[in-house]
Amino acid sequence: MEKRVTFSRWSIGILFAVPQLLLIFTFFYWPAGQAVYWSLTLQQPWGGGNIWVGLDNFRSILANADYWNSITASLVFAACSTGLAMVIALVLAALTDRQLAGSRLYRVVLIWPYGIAAPALAMAFRFILAPEAGFMAVVNQVWPGFWDPGLDGTDAMASIIAAFSWKYVGYNFIFFLAAFQAIPRSLIEAAAMDGSGVLRRFWDIQFPLITPTIFFLLVINITESFQDSFGIVDIMTAGGPANSTNLMVYKIYSDGFKGLDYSGAAAQSIILMLLIIVLTIFQFRFIERRVHYR
Amino acid sequence: MVERTPILNFFTHLILFVGFVFCVAPFVIVAIAASHSLKEVNDVPMSLLPGSEFWVNIKTAWTTADLGPKLFNSFVMAAGVAAGKVIISALTAFSIVYFRYPGRMLIFWLIFVTLMLPLEVRIVPTYAVVANVMSPYQAILDVTGLSWLIEKVSGVQVSLSLGLLNSYTGLIMPLIATATGTFLYRQFFLTVPDELTEAARMDGAGALRFFIDILLPLSRNNMAALGTIMFLWAWNQYLWPLLITTDASHATAVTELKQLIPNVGGIPEWNIAMAGTLIVMLPPLVVVVAMQRWFVRGLIATEK
Repeated sequence: MEKRVTFSRWSIGILFAVPQLLLIFTFFYWPAGQAVYWSLTLQQPWGGGNIWVGLDNFRSILANADYWNSITASLVFAACSTGLAMVIALVLAALTDRQLAGSRLYRVVLIWPYGIAAPALAMAFRFILAPEAGFMAVVNQVWPGFWDPGLDGTDAMASIIAAFSWKYVGYNFIFFLAAFQAIPRSLIEAAAMDGSGVLRRFWDIQFPLITPTIFFLLVINITESFQDSFGIVDIMTAGGPANSTNLMVYKIYSDGFKGLDYSGAAAQSIILMLLIIVLTIFQFRFIERRVHYR
Repeated sequence: MVERTPILNFFTHLILFVGFVFCVAPFVIVAIAASHSLKEVNDVPMSLLPGSEFWVNIKTAWTTADLGPKLFNSFVMAAGVAAGKVIISALTAFSIVYFRYPGRMLIFWLIFVTLMLPLEVRIVPTYAVVANVMSPYQAILDVTGLSWLIEKVSGVQVSLSLGLLNSYTGLIMPLIATATGTFLYRQFFLTVPDELTEAARMDGAGALRFFIDILLPLSRNNMAALGTIMFLWAWNQYLWPLLITTDASHATAVTELKQLIPNVGGIPEWNIAMAGTLIVMLPPLVVVVAMQRWFVRGLIATEK
């Protein structure tokens, strides 16, 4: 879409874009370029600039079992938390859309978790899921040794998935509800007149009509699970135990800033960038085809 | 509701109620744990009746994590990011919608691409840039030979340096450098009728006057939505402030939470930790509740 009526002074127009361009050049394009440069070079330990090493950084990372472990952990985390957050949100939104008494309350309250900072909710969940106090302690008392995210990798992973899903249920809920409410009431009523029940209407009318939203949320949730998980991991598990929750962004941070391995961290950043780009393109190309657009 | 479905209605209420409980429970548990004494909070099972030490714990958490100045820092950062986004995105969107200059589409795509790669992914080099924001420009001068030229001509050696670590500017600027708000404004500007622009031009208004007197007042709703969502987003930032505030006096409330994680060994002071958590989660929660309409609107609009 283009404007028919525009202003003719180019200089003013370009001037308006300058602040944004300066910002994204300095804080986006330059660092992104820098990441590529660092990933292809190796910093000398005693100064003296970077030497060109080609793809060596990538080779050494890809040969590292820790890195593959981190990728697996990230993918498990992304799949579980996205699935959980989306399915729960979908059910809640579909039920809220039935507009029984009290649905306004749910519409207001279910959004709250999304406003909370990831580290703050991580702290809350760390307490709630702590093995010695809080709520899992009750389970542990009945069944000693059942739950300890400090020692058991699976428990730790389950904890961060729970915390992340809790936040994103609210987010997905908003979008699903908006999508459900955009479906014309007359469609539902017509189907009901034809004798279809609630479930039939859901699968044959509502679900196909909200597939664009599902597709959109899938992309957003997976990308967010790579980024927004940092605060949760840092507060709840710090990547442990035994690297079982060392997700990719967390590993970039700890290699780059604690291990001071800029080249390695840059190479990991590049791989993560590519992964996000590939995921986005893949989803657009393959999933979008099966999605119903009006 | 089209037909009578008593059984389904019952289950609808049941499931929604369970969802409601799961959604609210963590808030309630944090508040209750924050009101217990050290012994009570470590009881198994913890009592769900509020204890009596609420204000004591809040006070301890407040002083331990030095939350007064930290909340102020968070507030400055969040307000700065929100204001910066609201202004800069409006300017850019105006430029790409209302002008026809060569390279306009290039600018559009340059901005669009920034949506793809979040700050978390390019965190290490961004940190290096903020440590000296002039480094990109210095490098350009060096590579193009300009700094050599200047040195030859004027005898001045060019070394630009401006560190932004531990400063509000350093906290805020990289967070503004994305495209989120620009497209929100763009969509809105495209719906503004052309007749309005024509009328303004007929009356002799230039681009600047049209922008300030007509377009901005019309986009008030957009600004509220974008401002709310950006305020929350910035308030909740963690990794970025954690990195660039090496000096404790510039840390934000959210990064300061880490100070409150109970130590291993000894009886964990969960009551203090939960009191701190409560303080940190309260401001965004208030914003969400008070600005719900704008929040939902901003959320849906910025992501599409």
